[in-house]
Amino acid sequence: MTDATVLVIDDEQSIRRLLRNTLERAGYGVVEAANGGEALKAAERHTPAAILLDLGLPDRDGLSLVPLLRKLGEATILVVSARDETDQKVAALDLGADDYVTKPFDTEELLARLRVALRHAGHRAKPKTLRAGDVEIDFEHRRVRRAGEEVHLTRKEYDVLACLAEAPGRVVTHQRILAAAWPLDHDRKIEYLRIVIRNLRQKIEPADAVGSVVANELGVGYRLLTAG
Amino acid sequence: MNDTTGRPSPDALLRQAAQEGKGRLKIFLGAAPGVGKTFEMLSDGRTRAKAGVDVVIGVVETHGRIETEQLTRGYEIVPRRAVAHAGGTLQEMDLDAILARSPRLVLVDELAHTNATGSRHPKRYQDVVELLDAGIDVYSTLNIQHVESLNDVVASFTRVRVRETVPDSILETAEIEVVDIPPDELIERLKDGKVYLPQEATRALSLFFSKSNLSALRELALRRAAQAVDAQMLDHVRALGVGGTWAGSERIVVAVSEAPGAEGLVRAGKRIADALHAPWTALHVETPRTQGFSDDEHRQIAKVLNLATQLGAAAATVPAASVIEGLKAFSANARATQLVVGKSVRSRWFELRHGSVVDRLVRETPGVAVHVLPIEGAGSRKLRLRPGHWGSRAGYAWTALMVGGVTAIANALFHILNLGNVALLYLLPVMAAASLFGLRTGLFAGVLSSLAYNFFFLPPTGTLTINNPENVVSVLVLLGIALATSQLTSRVRAQADLAAASARANAALAGFLRQLGAINDAEALARAICEEIGRLFDFRTMLLVPAPTGTGLVLQAANTEVRLETMELAAAQWALDAGTPAGRGSDTLAASEWLFRPMRAGERTLAVLGMARDDSAEPLRADQLPLLTGLIDQAALLLERLRLEAEMRDIDRLRERDRLRAALLSSVSHDLRTPLTAVMAAAGQLDQGATPELIATLQSESARLNRFVANLLDMARVEAGALTLTLEPVDLSDAVAGAAQDARRALEGHAIVLDVPPNLPLVRVDPQLLHHCLLNLLDNAGRYADPGTPVTVRGVHRHDTLTLSVLDQGPGLPPGRESEVFETFRRLEGSDRQIGGTGLGLAIVKAFAEAMGMAVRAGNREDGTGADFRLIFPKALLVRDSDGDWIL
Repeated sequence: MTDATVLVIDDEQSIRRLLRNTLERAGYGVVEAANGGEALKAAERHTPAAILLDLGLPDRDGLSLVPLLRKLGEATILVVSARDETDQKVAALDLGADDYVTKPFDTEELLARLRVALRHAGHRAKPKTLRAGDVEIDFEHRRVRRAGEEVHLTRKEYDVLACLAEAPGRVVTHQRILAAAWPLDHDRKIEYLRIVIRNLRQKIEPADAVGSVVANELGVGYRLLTAG
Repeated sequence: MNDTTGRPSPDALLRQAAQEGKGRLKIFLGAAPGVGKTFEMLSDGRTRAKAGVDVVIGVVETHGRIETEQLTRGYEIVPRRAVAHAGGTLQEMDLDAILARSPRLVLVDELAHTNATGSRHPKRYQDVVELLDAGIDVYSTLNIQHVESLNDVVASFTRVRVRETVPDSILETAEIEVVDIPPDELIERLKDGKVYLPQEATRALSLFFSKSNLSALRELALRRAAQAVDAQMLDHVRALGVGGTWAGSERIVVAVSEAPGAEGLVRAGKRIADALHAPWTALHVETPRTQGFSDDEHRQIAKVLNLATQLGAAAATVPAASVIEGLKAFSANARATQLVVGKSVRSRWFELRHGSVVDRLVRETPGVAVHVLPIEGAGSRKLRLRPGHWGSRAGYAWTALMVGGVTAIANALFHILNLGNVALLYLLPVMAAASLFGLRTGLFAGVLSSLAYNFFFLPPTGTLTINNPENVVSVLVLLGIALATSQLTSRVRAQADLAAASARANAALAGFLRQLGAINDAEALARAICEEIGRLFDFRTMLLVPAPTGTGLVLQAANTEVRLETMELAAAQWALDAGTPAGRGSDTLAASEWLFRPMRAGERTLAVLGMARDDSAEPLRADQLPLLTGLIDQAALLLERLRLEAEMRDIDRLRERDRLRAALLSSVSHDLRTPLTAVMAAAGQLDQGATPELIATLQSESARLNRFVANLLDMARVEAGALTLTLEPVDLSDAVAGAAQDARRALEGHAIVLDVPPNLPLVRVDPQLLHHCLLNLLDNAGRYADPGTPVTVRGVHRHDTLTLSVLDQGPGLPPGRESEVFETFRRLEGSDRQIGGTGLGLAIVKAFAEAMGMAVRAGNREDGTGADFRLIFPKALLVRDSDGDWIL
């Protein structure tokens, strides 16, 4: 377990109580804030390791808090938003949030996201290899193996996979992947990304489990699912 | 529902309400005995009985006909009741027995029958009313002459009066089926003895069965049925005074002419029509003479016809050789019963010469009452020479040439011809000139010919003197023939002109209707009206409608740039308010550049049509008025039809909204409360230890709540029109996998089989909305699939169209009602056997899919093992690369 502190920003007391309960049981320390003003103060005073930010706050736009919180510390920021606010999610990610959780959320899912985000924040040094399911990525040699067998990826497929693998378990927006894999292309189109993802999946995922390694986040981007 | 629209009428609603809970009456209406009403009723009843309806016969008279007798077999027949009557007994329908038996439907023959004295009701239709009140449906039969309001009419032409009548009110609420056979066939059947006639009336009735009687009766029956079927529409048409309605027995035609007293005639016609509650028509007969009318005279006729229209008449103009011919033909066509004509105060001498028009009319229109009213100023039958009919110079030149030619020929042949033959030769140029160039040129040819004949051939030749009196006759004959020929041909030509003009007018009207009849949008219709009328008459046109705010007018369409000045607006407003023309060339605000005519349907002025000419001349020539009036009337009817349709749609929409509101309430109370109850109960037991069952309940029920709320929100967005699309290329295999992943919990107990080939083209849709479509389809499949069976998602790319099917194995959908599943809050009968159907999911699928340009289809699998819901992505949604290839 961990003793990292998590700042919970939400105007609903019942949600804060629920989150405090869940997080404390998982071994985190919890600080609460009911609005944007309190949130900034709390972030400054407690230097939390992670922040759960609800975008719907009474006193100010939750989105505008993201860059401010970023400046205040190294905390991992998880945005909590309603499901039909795709634009908001993308905007929050672009502004520096690390991931998002959709309301209503499953507490297990929330804790998993939090773990991934914190782990990522813990070691920024780039690992030499990464495992996702039975897929192993060797960054040094630009090689991918599935169940020990070498998989031949095209250059684009590898670039996309590597981009996702830089933030394992976290969502990466379409634009970020496109920028990483098509750095010289000014006319970046999602359709190219779709096709590359489709081909990539055929090579590294079982046919009856599409999305088990590279998960689609509707309207936002993709997420590389690491084990567990 | 009865808010601002004010329609449908409260009366109609009350009538409808009164009908609910009562039985329904269906009347098999025939023109005469023997058309097969009873037969038809029995067959129809049999069809109902086969469909499982409880049908009995209350009373059926077979009159010993075998086919009819056979049809009664298999029916349950309620035994009749014997009633003592005048020493004997009569068998009457047993009303109480039928009420006690209480079938769903009872067949009661001969609605007009009079019951034996001592029965509960004197008339059988009263028995029927009692049956209907008891909630029993009734089929009955009736001949048209037994309808109360038509009794007199029928008697007037058949000379047979029936005493047994049925009030019209009975027919008004009934469904009416006309049993119809052509008169010839009926007469045939009568001859073959297939028609039953009561013994004592045989003779009278055989007279009754003449072909003309039967045709008239048949028309009556058909009209009466049409009236019942579409009373509202007919009312409407009647209010417009457009022909084709049948209101009682009378029909009045007023003949109008250019005479100044014609207005008086029209007013008299109106009084007669009012007194008789009859439709009436103001008729102007265009004869060859009319062609020579001055503009003033044309305008006078237009004015009179216009007055008649304002007084509620239909206005008509027909071409004919003479006034009498026109009146005769029109009266016969329109089945006029009364004719109103004006009679000029003419000299005896004139009447002796021409015979009285009135006498001829009376003689030649039998069965039509002719009203003769004195009017002034008519009848001075001047010889009218049309201006410009002096003929062309070329005509005279040709004539001179022809006469010269004939003279030369005759001179050359004179040695073999006698004088008489030479005279005959001169007939040729005379007739040619008269028929080719008209009266004056013909006369000129006659004079010239006789002069040439006289000078060159009649002794003494070389002079213009005539020795022999016989030769005077030759000269006179030449002149006479010139006169007669030119008269004849000019009349023929005038008639041809008239016929052509009227054919052009009819073609214009027909074309106009064809062009405009198909338009279903008020603004497009207004535009088309402006353009068509503008084109036909070479006008500038505009169409103004009352402003939606209730005051003033707004421009709806025009065929030109229009700037409305104060004067024009005032004139248009006048035309709207007063319902009469205003502006240039009218009596009101004549200084306006534009002429405005109201477009009226019934009591309402729907719009105002403005007309103007580029050269600021008076827009309308008098002879164009009848056609223009016709076009405007038709256009107004079309506008009215659109307005009524829009009103109906509004009502439908309100009704649908009411239904949704009610359904929403019941759905929310059921679908929100059920999972809430489960969650609260489970939460309440948690303090006694969290068992896996409790946790599972909490999870699944809260997930269900979440789905329902999501659907409610989606529906609210759809209803509010707040659906914003974020379209991007989507890989369907990806989308389907994602949806299957999310739907896994809702589809517990069902495997999800994905049969989506990886090489489908990308589609451009909103990924979120597509996800919700798929979730709802999977959710729905999981709810209705038989336990343990798999749910399959299949993608097919064929003919440039991509189809995603969600297939289940279960009871499937009721055939013929497949598409109803997409209606909001609709759960098909017998299919909501499981929990959780909100009736919202599929409506959302449809709304989302259509918003993205996709189509949805519901049906059953081809092998009948379950339902098949399809999302269809048309060609336009498939993503192509810059080479036009599918992106695969």
